[in-house]
Amino acid sequence: MSEALNIIKDPTLTYRQELVGLARLGESTDTTLRYSDEYYAAKAKGALCDLNEGVMPFRPRYICPDYELLFSKGCEFLQLDPPRDLLEAVNALEIFYCHVPSITTYPVYLGDLDKLLEPFVLRENRDYAKKVLRLFLRSIDRIQTDSFVHADIGPEDSVTGRLLLELTEEMQLAVPNLTLRYDPDLTSDDFALACVRCMLKTAKPSFANHRMFVREWGERYAIASCYNGLMIGGGGYTLPRMRLYECALDAKDPDDFITRVLPRYVDLQLEYMDKRVKFIVEESSFFKTNFLVTEGFVHRELFIGMFGVVGLAECCNQLLGITDKRHGFGMNEAATKLGRRIMDAIERQVSAHTAPYCDAFDHHYRLHAQVGIDTDGMDDSPGTRIPIGAEPTMLEQLEVNEQFHPYFPTGTGDIFKFEETWLKTPEAVLPIIKGSLARGLRYFSGYLENNDVVRVTGYLVKKSEIEKLRQKKQSLNQVTLYGKGAQDGGHALDRRVQTYAGAGQ
Amino acid sequence: MLAPVNKIIPFSNVDGPGNRTSIFFQGCPFNCQFCHNPETIHLCVGCGLCLDGCPVHALSRDPDGSIRWDHERCVQCDACIRTCPHTASPRVRWMTVEQVLEEVRRSAPYIAGITTSGGECTLYPDFLEALFAAVRPLGLTCLIDSNGSFDFAGRPSLLRDCAGVMLDVKAVGASWSRTLIGNDGAQVLANLDYLLSAGKLQEVRTLIFPGRDEENESAVRYVAPIIRDRCDYKIIRYRPFGVRAEYQRMLGDDVTAREEAERYAALARSLGASRAYVV
Repeated sequence: MSEALNIIKDPTLTYRQELVGLARLGESTDTTLRYSDEYYAAKAKGALCDLNEGVMPFRPRYICPDYELLFSKGCEFLQLDPPRDLLEAVNALEIFYCHVPSITTYPVYLGDLDKLLEPFVLRENRDYAKKVLRLFLRSIDRIQTDSFVHADIGPEDSVTGRLLLELTEEMQLAVPNLTLRYDPDLTSDDFALACVRCMLKTAKPSFANHRMFVREWGERYAIASCYNGLMIGGGGYTLPRMRLYECALDAKDPDDFITRVLPRYVDLQLEYMDKRVKFIVEESSFFKTNFLVTEGFVHRELFIGMFGVVGLAECCNQLLGITDKRHGFGMNEAATKLGRRIMDAIERQVSAHTAPYCDAFDHHYRLHAQVGIDTDGMDDSPGTRIPIGAEPTMLEQLEVNEQFHPYFPTGTGDIFKFEETWLKTPEAVLPIIKGSLARGLRYFSGYLENNDVVRVTGYLVKKSEIEKLRQKKQSLNQVTLYGKGAQDGGHALDRRVQTYAGAGQ
Repeated sequence: MLAPVNKIIPFSNVDGPGNRTSIFFQGCPFNCQFCHNPETIHLCVGCGLCLDGCPVHALSRDPDGSIRWDHERCVQCDACIRTCPHTASPRVRWMTVEQVLEEVRRSAPYIAGITTSGGECTLYPDFLEALFAAVRPLGLTCLIDSNGSFDFAGRPSLLRDCAGVMLDVKAVGASWSRTLIGNDGAQVLANLDYLLSAGKLQEVRTLIFPGRDEENESAVRYVAPIIRDRCDYKIIRYRPFGVRAEYQRMLGDDVTAREEAERYAALARSLGASRAYVV
C-alpha cells in the first residue's frame, strides 16, 4: 500500500488529520532544499532529527500574533473591526485563530487571554461573561483540536483569569494548554493558589518563571505550544533537534565527545537551520504576502530559530558507561556535572554563530529543550529531564532541573505528578513552585495522578481519548496519537508520584 | 550530641501547615496498640536477627556489636522490620544537629518549616532545642508532633524557638488509656492545658475507632470544650494498615467509616471546637 493509501484507510484518523497527513506527503516530494551529505548521514542514524517539520518550510513553525493590534485596529484581510463588547471580542478571536498558520496547522498561541478580554468582561455581569467564555473555550476545544494550542494568563490577578480557571476546572478540556506567567511580586498568593488547585485538577495552568523570561525577552513574550518562550508579534522559524544519546555513540569518552563529536553535530544543525530560515524569509510567500505580516500582526525581526536538544540524560550515562539509569543522570553528581559541561559547550557554540534573520536576538539562535516525540521511546528523554523511572525525590529532581533550565530561553519544563492528598493542601505546593523558580527553574507543570486530562511530555491529552485510539476509534484531538505513542514507547505517564509522608495515627 | 533519626522526608504536606521537612526520630515511650509504624518504638538492641534476612546485604555487624545499615545499598523492602522481635529498626542514622541541619538547609527554599516527629521526638529535648535554635533564623517555623508524653511545663525553653505542638489526645479515662497506649494518659491531658495557656498548641488529633462509641465520645467531649476555637481539631479515622496483628484482632480490621468520623467532628463543633474536621 502507498503511504497515501495508508493514511486514507486509517480508521483512527479524522478527515482533517487525513488532510494534514496527505499535505505533508505532498510536501515531501519536493527536493529544492538540499543539505550536506554529512547532514543526511547524521539524520539517518538518528543523531539529528527534523521533527518531521517537512522539507519545505512554507511558514514559520510557531507564530505568535499580536492580538492587541487586532483589538485596537481590527483586521482588514478578515474584515474585522475592533471589537466593542465581549461577544465581538471572542468572535473576532475565534475567526482570527483559524487563519494563524503553524507546524500543526493550528494556532500555537491564543494570546494573553485575561489581559485581552478583561476590559470587555468587566463591562458585563459575571454570569453572562462566564457563559460567553464557556462557549469561547468550547469553540477552541472543538475547532482548534490540537493540544499545542496554548493560552497565557497572569501575572496579575483578574476577573477574566479567575473565570478562565473556574471554567477550566468545570470543563476538563485538553485544549487549550494554559500557562500562568508567575512572579511572586506581581501574582497574589491567592491567585497563585487558585492556579495550583486548577493545575492539580486539570493539569493546567503551568507556572512560567516570569522574571526569567522578562529578563531575557522583555515584557512582550509569549508561552506557546508546549512551553516555548517566544516574542509576541514574532515566533519561531524552525525547531530541529540533536538527539544527544545517538550523538554520544560516536565518542570514545566525554572529552572526545565535547571536543570532537559535539561541535560537528552542532555545526550540522546550525547549517540546516540557516538554510531553512533563509528559505522561509527569502523564498516562501509568508513574509511577503501573508496578512499577518502585511498588517503588522507579526514582524519578521521578532522571529527566532530554535536550537533543540533531547536526551542529555542518556547522553551523559552513555559517555560515563552507566547502564542502570537509576544510578545515572539526576542521581549521580558526575553525570550531572558532565551534563553542564555539555550544555555549556552547546550554548557557547550556538551563541558564537551568526544566525540569519534573528535581528531582535543579536543575530543568534536560542536553545530549546525539546519535549520528545512519540517515536523517541526510552532512548532520549525530553530535553534535559531525568528519565522516567529514575526520578529521585522531588527535592533532588528540582535541584538538578534548576541547573539546566536557564540554558533554554525558547523553552524547557518539568512535570511533577502529585498524589491525591496534595489537592487538599495547595498551600504546600506553592512554596515548592516559588522556591524552585527563585532558584532557576523556568517552567513547572503538575497534575494529579488520577486525572483524565494528563500532561504527557509537554502537551495535554485525555487518557479516555487514548483509550479510544486503542479501540481503533477516532479522536478529535490530533495530539492524542502522540500521547498514545509516548505512553507506549516512553512510559510518559509512569513518572514518579509525589506521595505524602504518612504521619502516624 | 547525637539523636537516632528514622527518616527525613524533604517535602511533606501532611505534617503541619504548608510544605514541611519532616524529621522522624526513633523511639517512643508509649506502646499504642494502633501504632502503624511500630518499628519506631524501640531502639535496636543489636540481636542481629535481621542480618540474614536482608536480600541485598545492606546490614552488617560492627566490631562494637551494633548493627550497621548501609542506606545506599538498602532497597527499603522492610524485611528487617518484619523480622525484628523488638519493635525496632536497624535503619536508623545517629545524627548530629549539624547533619540534620544540612538536610533542612537543602529543603529550605521550598518549605514553610520543619516538623519533628517520631517515634516520639521529645525523647531528645536537648537535640530539638539546639535544632530549633538553628532552624528558626533560616526563616522557617518549627513544629513538634508529639504524643504528649513529655512534660512541656517542666521545660519552657524547648518551646522558645518552636512555633507550636501538634498533640495527640488518643484516649481519655485512665482505664481505656492504659489499654490503648499503655499508661494513664494524665501527662497528655496536663500538656493540653499547658500548651494552650502557653499559646503553643498548633492542633489536637483524636483517633476515632469503629464501633467504640463510648471511648470515642469521651475523648471528643473532653477535648472540644477545652480547645474551642483556639486550635485545629483533627478527627482521624482508624485505619488497620500496618497495625500489629495481635492488636488488629482487638481493634478490628475495619476502617472507621467517614460518616462516623464526621459525626464526631460535628459533635466537637457543637461543643465549641469550631475548627474540628475529619482528615
